[in-house]
Amino acid sequence: MNDLIFFFNQAIIGGVVLGSVYALGAVGVTLIFGILRFAHFAHGDMMTMGGFIALVLASLLAAAGIAFPLPMGFIVLPFAMVIAAGFALGIDRAFYAPLRVRGAKPVTLLIASIGVTMMIQGLIRLFFGVGTYSFFDSEPKKLIRIDVPIEGATRPIAFSEPQLLLVISTVVAVIALHYFLTRSRLGKGMRAMADNPDLAKVSGINTRLVVRVTWIIAGALACLAGTMLALDVALKPDLAFNIVLPIFAAAILGGLGHAYGAIAGGFVLGFAETLAVFNWSVVLRPFRDVLWFDIPNSLTLVQSEYKLTVAFLILVVVLLVRPTGIFKGAST
Amino acid sequence: MSLIELRDLQAGYGGAPILNGVNIAIEASDIGVIVGPNGAGKSTTLKAIFGLLTVTEGTVTFGGQDITNFEADRLVPMGLSFVPQEHNVFTSMSVHENLEMGAFVRRDDISDTLDEIYEMFPDLKAKRRQPAGELSGGQRQMVAMGRALMSKPKLLMLDEPSAGLSPRYMMEIFEQVVRINASGVGILMVEQNARQALAFATKGFVLTNGQNRFTGTGQELLDDPDVAKSFLGG
Repeated sequence: MNDLIFFFNQAIIGGVVLGSVYALGAVGVTLIFGILRFAHFAHGDMMTMGGFIALVLASLLAAAGIAFPLPMGFIVLPFAMVIAAGFALGIDRAFYAPLRVRGAKPVTLLIASIGVTMMIQGLIRLFFGVGTYSFFDSEPKKLIRIDVPIEGATRPIAFSEPQLLLVISTVVAVIALHYFLTRSRLGKGMRAMADNPDLAKVSGINTRLVVRVTWIIAGALACLAGTMLALDVALKPDLAFNIVLPIFAAAILGGLGHAYGAIAGGFVLGFAETLAVFNWSVVLRPFRDVLWFDIPNSLTLVQSEYKLTVAFLILVVVLLVRPTGIFKGAST
Repeated sequence: MSLIELRDLQAGYGGAPILNGVNIAIEASDIGVIVGPNGAGKSTTLKAIFGLLTVTEGTVTFGGQDITNFEADRLVPMGLSFVPQEHNVFTSMSVHENLEMGAFVRRDDISDTLDEIYEMFPDLKAKRRQPAGELSGGQRQMVAMGRALMSKPKLLMLDEPSAGLSPRYMMEIFEQVVRINASGVGILMVEQNARQALAFATKGFVLTNGQNRFTGTGQELLDDPDVAKSFLGG
């Protein structure tokens, strides 16, 4: 029984947490692709930037001596998301909009976004250095333990408060996004523009407004994902740049331009990575008498240093087998 | 004063102009039909009106106001609507959502207009929750026309509405065009099925090489031996 709880704590909770981060990132990537038709490479750095915005706000509040029962980084999230959305709009206005006006090809925009990546990382290093920051210098990170009322179970189910908040806020964000896309006039306009940009224009849909709303949503969700990831682990300048690959793999797996696909893809990637680095020997140990082989102490499919290969492998397989993704998005 | 008037319109995609002086005038009571051989600039004329390519010379006036090179998001609120020939529905969105997108520029209650469209095309009402991409060609054309009518236009422009449709659907679409016109909406359409379309046109325009060749009522063009010989297949 303890082994099962260990599996739950490590693999299930880990997968859900990682999947939430990937899902939030992939939704932004997929929305931007759907509306603007280019792969926004700088999305990971927009997540990191969002985390640093939240860090600044949180330390300002902490310096003012204000305390809350929830982590400070979580309290400041709504404000950080607004600021991050503003930054996203500014980045579009300054770097991508001038290219679009001149009719730049998607590959030009992709390369511009690589430039934006370097710029954001450079700016973060300029102001914050290359070190690692924690949201929990001045407050403890709470752990939540739930005892399992089953005989033979001595281990509790355990996860941290930020992990719980991350999953809750992901669910809230996904539901809010769903209602926005299916119920609101602007959300439907966004889907229309992703479906058929020329017809959206002909219908009189204000495409410039749709583009702005896309950046606001993508920027805010990136900030949410980046901050929650930083709360779960720690904040550093290349925090989310390192997960750009799984985020794109998730967006492509779900079908580029398809918001629900990106969410599903995010969780698939999250679980795939977590299960690949999970030490299966713990779960197999109770069956050691019936198994025909000796269980080594460490039985992982992929060593955790190489867990990025899982995303890479999934990406390659998807592109080979089903390039439109599981939900048939736009293929390019 | 005409509902829409094109005066010596020249337009193109940046290279040599495709339109070399097109003149068209339509009243709200008119059904104007543009016919002519391939590459004559029929579709280009509609696109030039709708700001989808740049007018280099000449003017477009709508209700007396100069709308040359206006973009679609300004034209639709003024009362112009356009049904492109291809890719004219949002395939991933339901029939109902397609119609709603036609009313994007409206801020008032659209339920009456929705009811009118469903009354006009009963087929669509039964399929309103279905993605438009799953419909047949004729039904898609109905969705496309319904979408364009949702903005309550004064002028409806149709680019080959009967292209690729069975005769049955073609007749149904043409009947609806006449009915829409009777309700006070001016029509300007491009048609390959020239003979059938000119039969109900109040104004016909034959374009060749981006210029007017013949202009007259639909019946006059049908009766003109030159037009019949060159453009209506004898």
